Amino acid sequence: MIKNNGNGEYRVLGTRPVRHDGADKVTGKAVYTADVQLPGMLRGFILRSPIAHGRIKSIDTSAAKTTPGVHAVITSADMPDVGDKVADLGEGAVNLKYLSGNVLAQDKVLYKGHAVAAVAAVDIHVAEEAAKKIVVEYEELPSVTWVLDAMQDDAPLLHEDLHTDSMGAKSENPSNICTHMHFEKGDIEDGFAQCDIVVEREFKTASVHQGYIEPHASVGDWNEDGRLRIWTATQGSFTARQQTAEVLQIPISDVVVTPCEIGGGFGGKIAVYLEPIVGMLSKLSGRPVKISMTRADVFEATGPTPGSYMKVKLGATSEGKLVAGEAWLAYDAGGYPGGMIGPGCMCVFSCYDIEHAVVDGYDVCVNKPNTQAYRAPGATQVAFATEQLVDEIAKQIGMCPLSIRQLNAAKEGTVRVDGPKYPPVGLVECLDALEDSDHWKSTLEGPLRGRGIAAGFWFGCGLKSCATVTVNHDGTVNLLEGSTDIGGSRTSLAMQLAEVLGITSDDVNPMVGDTDSVGYTDVTGGSRVTFATGLAAYTAGRDLQTQMISRAAEEVWDCSPDEVTLESDGRFTHNDESKTFKELAAQLFKHGEPLVARAAVSPENPTNGFGVHVADVEVDPETGKVTVLRYTTIQDAGKAVHPSYVEGQLQGGTVQGIGWALNEEYFYHDNDTVANASFLDYRMPTMLDLPMIDTIIVEAANPDHPYGVRGVGETPIVPPPAALANAIYNATGTRMEQLPMSPPVLWKQLQTESTEA
Amino acid sequence: MANKRHVSTTINGEPKEFLCAPHESLLEVLRDNLGLTGSKEGCNNGNCGACTVILNGRPVDSCLVLGVEVEGAEVETVEGIADRNELHPVQECFLEGAALQCGICTPGFLVASKALLEKNPDACEHTIRYNLAGNLCRCTGYDKIVRAVQDAGARMAESN
Repeated sequence: MIKNNGNGEYRVLGTRPVRHDGADKVTGKAVYTADVQLPGMLRGFILRSPIAHGRIKSIDTSAAKTTPGVHAVITSADMPDVGDKVADLGEGAVNLKYLSGNVLAQDKVLYKGHAVAAVAAVDIHVAEEAAKKIVVEYEELPSVTWVLDAMQDDAPLLHEDLHTDSMGAKSENPSNICTHMHFEKGDIEDGFAQCDIVVEREFKTASVHQGYIEPHASVGDWNEDGRLRIWTATQGSFTARQQTAEVLQIPISDVVVTPCEIGGGFGGKIAVYLEPIVGMLSKLSGRPVKISMTRADVFEATGPTPGSYMKVKLGATSEGKLVAGEAWLAYDAGGYPGGMIGPGCMCVFSCYDIEHAVVDGYDVCVNKPNTQAYRAPGATQVAFATEQLVDEIAKQIGMCPLSIRQLNAAKEGTVRVDGPKYPPVGLVECLDALEDSDHWKSTLEGPLRGRGIAAGFWFGCGLKSCATVTVNHDGTVNLLEGSTDIGGSRTSLAMQLAEVLGITSDDVNPMVGDTDSVGYTDVTGGSRVTFATGLAAYTAGRDLQTQMISRAAEEVWDCSPDEVTLESDGRFTHNDESKTFKELAAQLFKHGEPLVARAAVSPENPTNGFGVHVADVEVDPETGKVTVLRYTTIQDAGKAVHPSYVEGQLQGGTVQGIGWALNEEYFYHDNDTVANASFLDYRMPTMLDLPMIDTIIVEAANPDHPYGVRGVGETPIVPPPAALANAIYNATGTRMEQLPMSPPVLWKQLQTESTEA
Repeated sequence: MANKRHVSTTINGEPKEFLCAPHESLLEVLRDNLGLTGSKEGCNNGNCGACTVILNGRPVDSCLVLGVEVEGAEVETVEGIADRNELHPVQECFLEGAALQCGICTPGFLVASKALLEKNPDACEHTIRYNLAGNLCRCTGYDKIVRAVQDAGARMAESN
């Protein structure tokens, strides 16, 4: 008999132990991919396209190949032909010709920075010098980077064979529009007819980059036994394995991926860039090969989040009840199809109970690096639009921005425009927490100061995770799992196992295994690790206890398993005798076979993370600079396993959102090449740009997790641009329709509006 | 290729000699020649601070210093902050305060924070934010880093 301890009273959950990998990470011992050193290892350098769009007429690598110290030179001609085949990568399908083409350009380059050739040499300087001797002849083609321009009939075509997939039907003519998706609920005409007030605006957002501090890096060693070993900076070792195997057309079982410590990902380290290249260079040279991207490579060749155009219309009654919403969304996908428009459509009205809605979304190729996920991909853009319209309606009917959100908040039973009906969710609780907060109750005074709020949503996925637990002689346990640890997840998983077993976090040694040693586990992404791999750790703990009950009955107490009770604190009791987990584990070890437990999970339901943010700003009318005076992030974590890590996710996501809101953007030269591929010119927030970020953790239990855990990682990036835009409006009376709301943009708008006034 | 030069220096209190080409940065020397991979390369042009080391008492971006420039100098890296197995207060406070997530910027922050606190252990929030603005972190939003540095300053003042 197992007594469920899901009673909200925990010994381990909710505490703040020091992370298991902490000492390594403060002493410089933690091994990131760039730190990997293998005997005989070569260094690689990638030659990249200097132009935004062009046909490759010829590549002459002869001078590079004969450079002393060079061991291998490759172009796409050295890579296998993957054909026009769609592969299911677990999190979504991808056409292999696009995946392979992004790794090394085939007949065309589609953005500045597109990889064209790669060199492996004795050191990085020799490799770079040799790469510069490669002669590539291009036929330069007209290019396009703005999503609406790319949708025009006469736009330069990136893929001559791409036809728009519109709800399953293919367009007759080739187009940059890869996909058109459409969602609706209710009757939109009837809905707007019921409205007393309708607001509509157009918005646009610039491409931004995830900005992880660790550049992409991979090491490949094509071993003499025919197996390819990869050490890499990835969010998912198994997807890296599959993509690498597909691009190189070798069996998955011939690739083993070791996920090294990873220096940030935020969605940008899921697609493979370097892994197939180091693999092929290693195969040809017979030596291990390491490539680290430069920072410019990272900005120019890895995934930004989509630039977007959005036209959104929202209607309400005079009492503030939102009745109808309509959205037309165009997101750029970068050079290859498959951007973030799906989640954009999902999230545009996801925070509200709106009876009638229509959403049309377009995924559009442009001459930018292939778009990748960035923390709640696609959601921040639409929140910037919708959350401002909600404020605008509130303002026009004289309602408080918090009240209108409380009145309309999505809750259990609300049906989202893309179909799902919410189970219990915590948006109302977050809004109520805002109402009770010191920040909301405080007054903000002074000229050109304003307060803004916004809500945000990210669905959070389940996907597949595995865990194995082995028991040591002394009753401590080892937890082997496959989720790359980007922010302390080893510890949040170990804590869940410790909670089940009645031991401490320190009694658990968590380890992230390579793809040979741990069961299949999907990416560290989708806010899923603490939820889904946590569920695996929990379930493995339960498996272990079930085994121990049987063994204790047979080997210790000579009774039926039914007569052994597992207490909520993890003790095993029989009649008046009680043993802790450690005591029983040590005893069973002496009696017989070692204890090993395992779990494989694939939770189906999303975890539905909602958050609400409040920002106070001051606008400098002379420069257009926005200073964030105070900021509070409120989010439903379901159950905060390690509150410091939850706070850290909230603060980190918020600050990425603040950067997106106020400064970050790609600038392009007239020829559509990136003009600001450095941290100096791509201006991410520094410490000096920010106040402390206050957090309030709400705990509205997720019914699909034994401890109520929801994912928290992504939602916090969603509300900041909208909250700051609303704050800027309240400070200046100016409504912001574009991101970033950088000093020149805001200054110009203030000038224009004061002239018009 | 230029001939390699011989350099004698002190790293983390120990005398070291190495050979390096004139164009190699101190960061390359530390990581590739000496195996001290705790200093990280985030940008290789002085904008992120992940490679911060203390050179003759001052925090510098080691990617902007040439290897040959440290002849006769004293260099301190993240590997030299702890005293044998005893973590420095700044390391302890980063761990206890959860001031790191992915950890790639952490070595640079620790080195820069130690340099600041040794001069000014009771640095206020603004002073910390001003002095560490050259170190980028993309995970934490900086809140917990600022607090950890403040806590470390207090702990250092106590132990003195």
